[in-house]
Amino acid sequence: MTESSPPLRVSRLIELLKETVEDNFIQVAVEGEISNLSRPASGHLYFTLKDEQGQIRAAMFRGSARSLRFVPEDGMQVVCRGRVSVYTQRGELQLVVDAIDVVGAGGLQIAFEQLKLKLAAEGLFASERKRPLPAWPRTIGVVTSATGAVIHDILRVLERRGVGVRVVLCPVRVQGEGAAGEIAAAIATLNTVGEADVLIVGRGGGSLEDLWAFNEEIVARAIVASHIPVISAVGHEVDVTIADYVADLRAATPTAAAEQVAKSRLELEGHLDRLRLQLASQMRIRIQQIRQRLTPIQQRLVSPQMQLRLWSQKAATLQDRLQRATFRLRETRQARLSTLAGRLDALSPLRTLERGYAIALREGDGTAVHDAASLAPGDRLRLRLARGVARVTVDEIEGAT
Amino acid sequence: MTADKETFEIALKGLEAAVQRLEAGDQPLEEALACFEEGVKAVSRCQELLNQAELRVEQLMAGSDGKPVLTPFARSEKESEE
Repeated sequence: MTESSPPLRVSRLIELLKETVEDNFIQVAVEGEISNLSRPASGHLYFTLKDEQGQIRAAMFRGSARSLRFVPEDGMQVVCRGRVSVYTQRGELQLVVDAIDVVGAGGLQIAFEQLKLKLAAEGLFASERKRPLPAWPRTIGVVTSATGAVIHDILRVLERRGVGVRVVLCPVRVQGEGAAGEIAAAIATLNTVGEADVLIVGRGGGSLEDLWAFNEEIVARAIVASHIPVISAVGHEVDVTIADYVADLRAATPTAAAEQVAKSRLELEGHLDRLRLQLASQMRIRIQQIRQRLTPIQQRLVSPQMQLRLWSQKAATLQDRLQRATFRLRETRQARLSTLAGRLDALSPLRTLERGYAIALREGDGTAVHDAASLAPGDRLRLRLARGVARVTVDEIEGAT
Repeated sequence: MTADKETFEIALKGLEAAVQRLEAGDQPLEEALACFEEGVKAVSRCQELLNQAELRVEQLMAGSDGKPVLTPFARSEKESEE
Protein backbone atom coordinates (compact mmCIF):
# COMPACT_ATOMS: atom_id res chain seq x y z
CA MET A 1 0.00 0.00 0.00
CA THR A 2 1.56 3.25 -1.15
CA GLU A 3 0.43 6.84 -1.10
CA SER A 4 -0.41 6.66 -4.76
CA SER A 5 -2.88 3.87 -4.17
CA PRO A 6 -6.48 4.97 -4.19
CA PRO A 7 -8.14 5.04 -0.70
CA LEU A 8 -10.24 2.04 0.42
CA ARG A 9 -13.81 2.39 1.35
CA VAL A 10 -14.51 1.46 5.02
CA SER A 11 -16.68 -1.45 4.15
CA ARG A 12 -14.00 -2.77 1.82
CA LEU A 13 -11.43 -2.55 4.58
CA ILE A 14 -13.72 -4.42 6.96
CA GLU A 15 -14.37 -7.01 4.30
CA LEU A 16 -10.63 -7.54 3.85
CA LEU A 17 -10.10 -7.76 7.62
CA LYS A 18 -12.99 -10.19 7.92
CA GLU A 19 -11.54 -12.48 5.31
CA THR A 20 -8.14 -12.39 7.05
CA VAL A 21 -9.60 -13.08 10.49
CA GLU A 22 -12.03 -15.76 9.35
CA ASP A 23 -9.36 -17.58 7.38
CA ASN A 24 -6.99 -17.68 10.33
CA PHE A 25 -9.34 -18.28 13.30
CA ILE A 26 -11.70 -20.97 12.01
CA GLN A 27 -11.66 -22.99 15.17
CA VAL A 28 -10.67 -21.45 18.49
CA ALA A 29 -11.26 -22.17 22.14
CA VAL A 30 -11.19 -19.08 24.32
CA GLU A 31 -11.39 -19.01 28.07
CA GLY A 32 -12.85 -16.00 29.82
CA GLU A 33 -15.67 -14.64 31.98
CA ILE A 34 -19.12 -13.92 30.63
CA SER A 35 -20.35 -10.35 31.10
CA ASN A 36 -23.01 -8.05 29.62
CA LEU A 37 -25.07 -11.07 28.68
CA SER A 38 -28.21 -10.31 26.73
CA ARG A 39 -30.81 -12.77 25.58
CA PRO A 40 -33.26 -11.16 23.14
CA ALA A 41 -36.44 -12.81 21.96
CA SER A 42 -34.70 -13.94 18.78
CA GLY A 43 -33.08 -16.71 20.80
CA HIS A 44 -29.55 -15.58 19.99
CA LEU A 45 -27.18 -14.91 22.88
CA TYR A 46 -24.90 -11.89 23.04
CA PHE A 47 -22.24 -11.34 25.65
CA THR A 48 -18.74 -10.05 26.25
CA LEU A 49 -16.01 -12.54 27.02
CA LYS A 50 -13.31 -10.90 29.06
CA ASP A 51 -10.28 -11.39 31.23
CA GLU A 52 -8.28 -8.90 33.32
CA GLN A 53 -6.64 -7.26 30.30
CA GLY A 54 -9.08 -7.51 27.45
CA GLN A 55 -12.50 -8.31 26.11
CA ILE A 56 -14.23 -9.43 22.93
CA ARG A 57 -17.83 -9.36 21.84
CA ALA A 58 -19.36 -12.82 21.46
CA ALA A 59 -22.54 -14.06 19.80
CA MET A 60 -24.14 -17.48 20.01
CA PHE A 61 -26.85 -17.98 17.44
CA ARG A 62 -30.21 -19.63 18.13
CA GLY A 63 -29.36 -23.04 16.67
CA SER A 64 -26.33 -23.46 18.91
CA ALA A 65 -27.87 -21.75 21.92
CA ARG A 66 -30.74 -24.24 21.90
CA SER A 67 -28.39 -27.15 22.51
CA LEU A 68 -26.98 -25.54 25.66
CA ARG A 69 -27.89 -27.60 28.67
CA PHE A 70 -27.40 -24.80 31.14
CA VAL A 71 -28.25 -21.16 31.12
CA PRO A 72 -25.14 -18.94 30.79
CA GLU A 73 -24.95 -16.23 33.41
CA ASP A 74 -22.79 -13.17 33.92
CA GLY A 75 -19.67 -13.97 35.89
CA MET A 76 -19.50 -17.56 34.69
CA GLN A 77 -15.98 -18.71 33.83
CA VAL A 78 -16.29 -20.52 30.52
CA VAL A 79 -14.45 -21.87 27.53
CA CYS A 80 -16.15 -20.80 24.31
CA ARG A 81 -15.55 -22.79 21.16
CA GLY A 82 -16.16 -21.24 17.80
CA ARG A 83 -14.65 -18.98 15.17
CA VAL A 84 -13.66 -15.36 15.04
CA SER A 85 -15.40 -12.94 12.67
CA VAL A 86 -15.88 -9.25 12.17
CA TYR A 87 -19.22 -7.55 12.69
CA THR A 88 -19.32 -5.46 9.52
CA GLN A 89 -21.72 -2.73 10.59
CA ARG A 90 -19.50 -1.74 13.54
CA GLY A 91 -16.14 -3.02 12.46
CA GLU A 92 -15.90 -5.00 15.65
CA LEU A 93 -14.26 -8.30 16.25
CA GLN A 94 -16.80 -10.91 17.21
CA LEU A 95 -16.46 -14.41 18.58
CA VAL A 96 -19.15 -16.62 17.02
CA VAL A 97 -19.69 -19.31 19.66
CA ASP A 98 -20.84 -22.84 18.83
CA ALA A 99 -20.48 -24.37 22.31
CA ILE A 100 -19.78 -23.26 25.84
CA ASP A 101 -18.22 -25.37 28.59
CA VAL A 102 -18.20 -24.21 32.14
CA VAL A 103 -14.77 -24.16 33.76
CA GLY A 104 -14.52 -26.09 37.01
CA ALA A 105 -17.92 -27.65 37.67
CA GLY A 106 -19.27 -29.45 34.64
CA GLY A 107 -21.86 -27.69 32.54
CA LEU A 108 -24.31 -30.55 33.15
CA GLN A 109 -23.88 -30.20 36.87
CA ILE A 110 -24.54 -26.47 36.59
CA ALA A 111 -27.59 -27.07 34.45
CA PHE A 112 -28.86 -29.64 36.94
CA GLU A 113 -28.52 -27.24 39.83
CA GLN A 114 -30.13 -24.43 37.86
CA LEU A 115 -33.17 -26.44 36.89
CA LYS A 116 -33.46 -27.90 40.35
CA LEU A 117 -33.52 -24.42 41.86
CA LYS A 118 -36.03 -23.19 39.32
CA LEU A 119 -38.49 -26.07 39.75
CA ALA A 120 -38.11 -26.07 43.53
CA ALA A 121 -38.99 -22.37 43.52
CA GLU A 122 -42.16 -23.27 41.64
CA GLY A 123 -43.04 -25.70 44.40
CA LEU A 124 -42.92 -28.71 42.12
CA PHE A 125 -40.94 -30.84 44.59
CA ALA A 126 -43.35 -30.15 47.46
CA SER A 127 -44.44 -33.24 49.31
CA GLU A 128 -48.07 -32.04 49.15
CA ARG A 129 -47.87 -32.48 45.41
CA LYS A 130 -47.02 -36.18 45.72
CA ARG A 131 -50.01 -38.33 44.92
CA PRO A 132 -50.50 -41.72 46.54
CA LEU A 133 -50.01 -44.76 44.32
CA PRO A 134 -53.27 -46.49 43.42
CA ALA A 135 -54.36 -49.14 45.89
CA TRP A 136 -55.27 -51.40 43.06
CA PRO A 137 -52.92 -50.89 40.09
CA ARG A 138 -54.45 -52.79 37.22
CA THR A 139 -52.50 -51.26 34.38
CA ILE A 140 -48.95 -50.02 34.65
CA GLY A 141 -47.69 -47.68 31.97
CA VAL A 142 -43.96 -47.96 31.42
CA VAL A 143 -41.90 -45.32 29.66
CA THR A 144 -38.51 -46.76 28.83
CA SER A 145 -36.56 -48.43 26.07
CA ALA A 146 -38.14 -51.52 24.54
CA THR A 147 -34.75 -53.22 24.45
CA GLY A 148 -33.28 -52.09 27.77
CA ALA A 149 -33.08 -53.94 31.06
CA VAL A 150 -35.79 -51.85 32.72
CA ILE A 151 -38.85 -53.43 31.12
CA HIS A 152 -37.42 -56.92 31.72
CA ASP A 153 -36.63 -56.14 35.35
CA ILE A 154 -40.16 -54.87 35.87
CA LEU A 155 -41.80 -57.87 34.20
CA ARG A 156 -39.55 -60.29 36.10
CA VAL A 157 -40.58 -58.79 39.46
CA LEU A 158 -44.27 -58.80 38.58
CA GLU A 159 -44.04 -62.43 37.47
CA ARG A 160 -42.12 -63.51 40.55
CA ARG A 161 -44.66 -61.79 42.79
CA GLY A 162 -47.51 -63.39 40.90
CA VAL A 163 -49.10 -60.04 40.36
CA GLY A 164 -51.47 -60.20 37.43
CA VAL A 165 -51.53 -56.74 35.93
CA ARG A 166 -51.54 -55.26 32.49
CA VAL A 167 -48.34 -53.55 31.44
CA VAL A 168 -48.40 -51.02 28.64
CA LEU A 169 -44.97 -50.14 27.38
CA CYS A 170 -44.47 -46.91 25.54
CA PRO A 171 -41.05 -47.43 24.00
CA VAL A 172 -38.70 -44.43 23.87
CA ARG A 173 -35.05 -43.68 23.45
CA VAL A 174 -33.68 -43.01 26.91
CA GLN A 175 -30.49 -41.20 25.94
CA GLY A 176 -29.09 -39.01 23.24
CA GLU A 177 -30.52 -36.23 21.16
CA GLY A 178 -34.33 -36.14 21.25
CA ALA A 179 -34.65 -38.67 24.07
CA ALA A 180 -36.13 -36.12 26.50
CA GLY A 181 -38.78 -35.10 23.98
CA GLU A 182 -39.75 -38.72 23.38
CA ILE A 183 -39.98 -39.41 27.11
CA ALA A 184 -42.14 -36.34 27.68
CA ALA A 185 -44.40 -37.25 24.75
CA ALA A 186 -44.74 -40.84 25.99
CA ILE A 187 -45.85 -39.63 29.42
CA ALA A 188 -48.45 -37.42 27.75
CA THR A 189 -49.60 -40.27 25.48
CA LEU A 190 -50.01 -42.69 28.38
CA ASN A 191 -52.23 -40.09 30.01
CA THR A 192 -54.65 -40.46 27.13
CA VAL A 193 -54.20 -44.02 25.85
CA GLY A 194 -53.93 -47.33 27.66
CA GLU A 195 -55.82 -46.52 30.87
CA ALA A 196 -52.77 -46.86 33.08
CA ASP A 197 -53.24 -46.41 36.85
CA VAL A 198 -49.60 -45.65 37.48
CA LEU A 199 -46.58 -44.85 35.32
CA ILE A 200 -43.02 -46.03 35.72
CA VAL A 201 -40.58 -43.75 33.92
CA GLY A 202 -36.99 -44.81 33.88
CA ARG A 203 -33.84 -46.32 32.47
CA GLY A 204 -30.87 -48.32 33.68
CA GLY A 205 -27.67 -46.91 35.13
CA GLY A 206 -25.20 -44.79 33.24
CA SER A 207 -23.10 -41.65 33.35
CA LEU A 208 -24.57 -38.25 34.09
CA GLU A 209 -24.50 -37.74 30.35
CA ASP A 210 -26.47 -40.99 29.76
CA LEU A 211 -29.08 -40.10 32.35
CA TRP A 212 -29.33 -36.56 31.07
CA ALA A 213 -32.74 -36.83 29.44
CA PHE A 214 -34.24 -37.33 32.89
CA ASN A 215 -32.71 -34.02 33.99
CA GLU A 216 -34.35 -32.04 31.25
CA GLU A 217 -37.09 -29.58 31.96
CA ILE A 218 -39.41 -31.00 29.30
CA VAL A 219 -39.45 -34.38 31.10
CA ALA A 220 -39.96 -32.74 34.48
CA ARG A 221 -42.88 -30.72 33.10
CA ALA A 222 -44.46 -33.82 31.55
CA ILE A 223 -44.27 -35.63 34.89
CA VAL A 224 -45.82 -32.64 36.64
CA ALA A 225 -48.61 -32.48 34.05
CA SER A 226 -49.39 -36.21 34.28
CA HIS A 227 -52.80 -37.01 35.75
CA ILE A 228 -51.52 -40.48 36.53
CA PRO A 229 -49.13 -40.89 39.47
CA VAL A 230 -45.55 -41.33 38.26
CA ILE A 231 -42.83 -43.49 39.75
CA SER A 232 -39.37 -42.47 38.60
CA ALA A 233 -36.81 -45.23 38.34
CA VAL A 234 -33.61 -43.88 36.88
CA GLY A 235 -30.25 -45.58 37.09
CA HIS A 236 -28.94 -46.87 40.35
CA GLU A 237 -29.52 -46.00 43.97
CA VAL A 238 -27.00 -43.13 43.90
CA ASP A 239 -28.31 -41.46 40.75
CA VAL A 240 -30.79 -38.73 41.53
CA THR A 241 -32.35 -36.88 38.63
CA ILE A 242 -34.75 -33.98 38.29
CA ALA A 243 -37.38 -36.55 37.28
CA ASP A 244 -36.92 -38.15 40.71
CA TYR A 245 -37.64 -34.84 42.42
CA VAL A 246 -40.89 -34.18 40.59
CA ALA A 247 -42.17 -37.78 40.48
CA ASP A 248 -44.81 -38.88 42.97
CA LEU A 249 -42.48 -41.61 44.11
CA ARG A 250 -38.79 -42.13 43.49
CA ALA A 251 -37.77 -45.74 43.20
CA ALA A 252 -34.06 -46.40 43.63
CA THR A 253 -34.09 -48.81 40.69
CA PRO A 254 -36.62 -50.07 38.14
CA THR A 255 -36.80 -53.31 40.12
CA ALA A 256 -37.72 -51.33 43.23
CA ALA A 257 -40.42 -49.53 41.24
CA ALA A 258 -41.98 -52.84 40.23
CA GLU A 259 -41.73 -54.09 43.82
CA GLN A 260 -43.60 -51.00 44.91
CA VAL A 261 -46.42 -51.69 42.50
CA ALA A 262 -46.50 -55.37 43.45
CA LYS A 263 -46.58 -54.38 47.11
CA SER A 264 -49.69 -52.26 46.80
CA ARG A 265 -51.33 -55.08 44.92
CA LEU A 266 -50.40 -57.66 47.58
CA GLU A 267 -51.52 -55.25 50.30
CA LEU A 268 -54.86 -54.98 48.58
CA GLU A 269 -55.22 -58.76 48.53
CA GLY A 270 -54.39 -58.78 52.23
CA HIS A 271 -57.00 -56.11 52.85
CA LEU A 272 -59.59 -58.16 51.01
CA ASP A 273 -58.69 -61.28 53.03
CA ARG A 274 -59.04 -59.36 56.28
CA LEU A 275 -62.40 -57.95 55.25
CA ARG A 276 -63.62 -61.42 54.33
CA LEU A 277 -62.62 -62.81 57.74
CA GLN A 278 -64.20 -59.85 59.51
CA LEU A 279 -67.41 -60.31 57.57
CA ALA A 280 -67.65 -63.98 58.55
CA SER A 281 -66.75 -63.44 62.19
CA GLN A 282 -69.11 -60.49 62.55
CA MET A 283 -71.95 -62.56 61.16
CA ARG A 284 -71.10 -65.43 63.50
CA ILE A 285 -71.20 -63.03 66.43
CA ARG A 286 -74.55 -61.64 65.28
CA ILE A 287 -76.05 -65.09 64.91
CA GLN A 288 -74.75 -66.08 68.32
CA GLN A 289 -76.29 -62.98 69.86
CA ILE A 290 -79.60 -63.54 68.17
CA ARG A 291 -79.66 -67.21 69.10
CA GLN A 292 -79.09 -66.30 72.72
CA ARG A 293 -81.91 -63.83 72.62
CA LEU A 294 -84.12 -66.26 70.73
CA THR A 295 -83.82 -69.34 72.96
CA PRO A 296 -86.05 -68.13 75.81
CA ILE A 297 -88.63 -66.84 73.36
CA GLN A 298 -88.54 -70.05 71.39
CA GLN A 299 -89.25 -72.03 74.51
CA ARG A 300 -92.46 -70.12 75.03
CA LEU A 301 -93.45 -70.16 71.44
CA VAL A 302 -95.52 -73.21 70.32
CA SER A 303 -97.42 -73.74 67.13
CA PRO A 304 -101.26 -73.55 67.27
CA GLN A 305 -101.61 -77.20 66.30
CA MET A 306 -99.29 -78.15 69.13
CA GLN A 307 -101.26 -75.88 71.42
CA LEU A 308 -104.49 -77.57 70.38
CA ARG A 309 -103.04 -80.98 71.04
CA LEU A 310 -101.77 -79.82 74.38
CA TRP A 311 -105.13 -78.37 75.24
CA SER A 312 -107.06 -81.47 74.19
CA GLN A 313 -104.68 -83.61 76.19
CA LYS A 314 -105.21 -81.38 79.15
CA ALA A 315 -108.93 -81.45 78.55
CA ALA A 316 -108.91 -85.24 78.43
CA THR A 317 -106.95 -85.40 81.65
CA LEU A 318 -109.31 -82.95 83.24
CA GLN A 319 -112.32 -84.90 82.03
CA ASP A 320 -110.85 -88.07 83.40
CA ARG A 321 -110.18 -86.43 86.72
CA LEU A 322 -113.64 -85.01 86.68
CA GLN A 323 -115.23 -88.39 86.04
CA ARG A 324 -113.20 -90.02 88.73
CA ALA A 325 -113.93 -87.22 91.10
CA THR A 326 -117.63 -87.46 90.38
CA PHE A 327 -117.58 -91.16 90.88
CA ARG A 328 -115.71 -90.87 94.13
CA LEU A 329 -118.05 -88.14 95.27
CA ARG A 330 -121.07 -90.35 94.61
CA GLU A 331 -119.42 -93.24 96.40
CA THR A 332 -118.58 -91.09 99.38
CA ARG A 333 -122.02 -89.65 99.50
CA GLN A 334 -123.56 -93.04 99.26
CA ALA A 335 -121.44 -94.27 102.13
CA ARG A 336 -122.22 -91.28 104.22
CA LEU A 337 -125.87 -91.62 103.48
CA SER A 338 -125.83 -95.25 104.58
CA THR A 339 -124.00 -94.33 107.79
CA LEU A 340 -126.33 -91.46 108.45
CA ALA A 341 -129.30 -93.63 107.66
CA GLY A 342 -127.96 -96.29 110.06
CA ARG A 343 -127.39 -93.74 112.70
CA LEU A 344 -130.78 -92.25 112.08
CA ASP A 345 -132.28 -95.66 112.24
CA ALA A 346 -130.54 -96.43 115.56
CA LEU A 347 -131.78 -93.17 117.01
CA SER A 348 -135.34 -93.71 115.92
CA PRO A 349 -137.73 -93.85 118.93
CA LEU A 350 -139.69 -96.43 117.06
CA ARG A 351 -136.85 -98.92 117.70
CA THR A 352 -137.06 -98.21 121.48
CA LEU A 353 -140.77 -98.74 121.34
CA GLU A 354 -140.10 -102.04 119.56
CA ARG A 355 -138.19 -103.12 122.58
CA GLY A 356 -141.40 -102.61 124.74
CA TYR A 357 -141.07 -99.00 125.87
CA ALA A 358 -143.84 -96.47 125.59
CA ILE A 359 -143.87 -92.71 125.38
CA ALA A 360 -146.29 -90.68 127.43
CA LEU A 361 -147.50 -87.56 125.65
CA ARG A 362 -149.71 -84.86 127.19
CA GLU A 363 -153.12 -84.81 125.65
CA GLY A 364 -153.05 -81.01 125.24
CA ASP A 365 -149.77 -79.93 123.81
CA GLY A 366 -148.47 -83.44 122.85
CA THR A 367 -145.18 -82.98 124.70
CA ALA A 368 -143.40 -86.02 126.17
CA VAL A 369 -143.69 -86.50 129.90
CA HIS A 370 -140.29 -86.83 131.62
CA ASP A 371 -141.23 -86.23 135.34
CA ALA A 372 -144.12 -87.66 137.36
CA ALA A 373 -144.18 -84.51 139.46
CA SER A 374 -145.33 -82.55 136.44
CA LEU A 375 -148.52 -84.61 136.46
CA ALA A 376 -151.60 -84.49 138.58
CA PRO A 377 -154.27 -87.15 139.04
CA GLY A 378 -156.95 -86.89 136.48
CA ASP A 379 -154.52 -85.68 133.68
CA ARG A 380 -155.18 -87.31 130.40
CA LEU A 381 -152.26 -88.79 128.47
CA ARG A 382 -151.73 -90.56 125.22
CA LEU A 383 -149.43 -93.61 125.40
CA ARG A 384 -147.50 -94.10 122.25
CA LEU A 385 -146.66 -97.80 121.79
CA ALA A 386 -144.70 -99.66 119.15
CA ARG A 387 -147.90 -100.10 117.30
CA GLY A 388 -150.85 -97.89 118.08
CA VAL A 389 -151.77 -95.32 120.77
CA ALA A 390 -153.71 -95.72 124.08
CA ARG A 391 -155.58 -92.88 125.81
CA VAL A 392 -155.19 -93.12 129.64
CA THR A 393 -156.01 -91.11 132.79
CA VAL A 394 -153.53 -90.53 135.72
CA ASP A 395 -154.85 -92.04 138.96
CA GLU A 396 -152.11 -91.43 141.52
CA ILE A 397 -148.61 -89.91 141.67
CA GLU A 398 -145.75 -91.95 143.26
CA GLY A 399 -142.08 -91.21 143.87
CA ALA A 400 -142.33 -87.58 142.85
CA THR A 401 -139.14 -85.70 143.49
CA MET B 1 -60.78 -52.16 32.10
CA THR B 2 -62.16 -48.94 33.53
CA ALA B 3 -65.55 -50.54 34.07
CA ASP B 4 -63.83 -53.43 35.85
CA LYS B 5 -61.90 -51.04 37.99
CA GLU B 6 -65.03 -49.22 38.96
CA THR B 7 -66.74 -52.51 39.68
CA PHE B 8 -63.87 -53.51 41.91
CA GLU B 9 -63.79 -50.27 43.78
CA ILE B 10 -67.56 -50.28 44.22
CA ALA B 11 -67.45 -53.89 45.40
CA LEU B 12 -64.62 -53.14 47.82
CA LYS B 13 -66.45 -50.11 49.21
CA GLY B 14 -69.62 -52.21 49.55
CA LEU B 15 -67.67 -54.86 51.39
CA GLU B 16 -66.13 -52.35 53.76
CA ALA B 17 -69.55 -50.83 54.43
CA ALA B 18 -71.09 -54.25 55.06
CA VAL B 19 -68.41 -55.14 57.59
CA GLN B 20 -68.85 -51.79 59.32
CA ARG B 21 -72.61 -52.15 59.52
CA LEU B 22 -72.29 -55.65 60.93
CA GLU B 23 -69.74 -54.40 63.43
CA ALA B 24 -72.16 -51.73 64.61
CA GLY B 25 -74.48 -54.65 65.41
CA ASP B 26 -77.61 -52.59 65.82
CA GLN B 27 -79.72 -53.79 62.93
CA PRO B 28 -82.35 -56.51 63.05
CA LEU B 29 -81.42 -60.03 61.98
CA GLU B 30 -83.02 -59.71 58.60
CA GLU B 31 -80.93 -56.63 57.79
CA ALA B 32 -77.82 -58.23 59.23
CA LEU B 33 -78.35 -61.22 56.98
CA ALA B 34 -78.90 -58.97 53.95
CA CYS B 35 -75.72 -57.13 54.89
CA PHE B 36 -73.80 -60.36 55.17
CA GLU B 37 -75.10 -61.60 51.86
CA GLU B 38 -74.12 -58.32 50.23
CA GLY B 39 -70.65 -58.64 51.75
CA VAL B 40 -70.22 -62.20 50.56
CA LYS B 41 -71.20 -61.17 47.04
CA ALA B 42 -68.74 -58.28 47.14
CA VAL B 43 -65.92 -60.55 48.30
CA SER B 44 -66.45 -62.98 45.48
CA ARG B 45 -66.72 -60.15 42.96
CA CYS B 46 -63.44 -58.65 44.16
CA GLN B 47 -61.75 -62.04 44.19
CA GLU B 48 -63.00 -62.77 40.72
CA LEU B 49 -61.66 -59.48 39.42
CA LEU B 50 -58.32 -59.98 41.13
CA ASN B 51 -57.97 -63.50 39.84
CA GLN B 52 -58.82 -62.76 36.26
CA ALA B 53 -55.97 -60.26 35.95
CA GLU B 54 -53.10 -62.16 34.35
CA LEU B 55 -49.82 -60.46 33.58
CA ARG B 56 -50.30 -59.03 30.10
CA VAL B 57 -47.80 -56.90 28.26
CA GLU B 58 -48.74 -54.52 25.48
CA GLN B 59 -46.85 -51.92 23.57
CA LEU B 60 -47.95 -48.54 22.29
CA MET B 61 -46.93 -48.06 18.68
CA ALA B 62 -47.68 -45.34 16.21
CA GLY B 63 -50.50 -46.56 13.98
CA SER B 64 -50.79 -45.92 10.26
CA ASP B 65 -52.76 -42.74 10.98
CA GLY B 66 -50.10 -41.58 13.41
CA LYS B 67 -52.29 -42.27 16.42
CA PRO B 68 -50.89 -44.65 19.03
CA VAL B 69 -52.23 -48.20 18.93
CA LEU B 70 -51.77 -51.06 21.38
CA THR B 71 -50.04 -54.18 20.14
CA PRO B 72 -48.90 -57.24 22.09
CA PHE B 73 -45.33 -56.83 23.28
CA ALA B 74 -42.96 -59.65 22.36
CA ARG B 75 -40.31 -59.91 25.00
CA SER B 76 -36.92 -59.78 23.32
CA GLU B 77 -34.57 -62.69 22.77
CA LYS B 78 -32.22 -61.21 25.32
CA GLU B 79 -34.37 -62.67 28.05
CA SER B 80 -34.09 -66.27 26.86
CA GLU B 81 -30.33 -66.05 26.41
CA GLU B 82 -29.89 -65.22 30.08
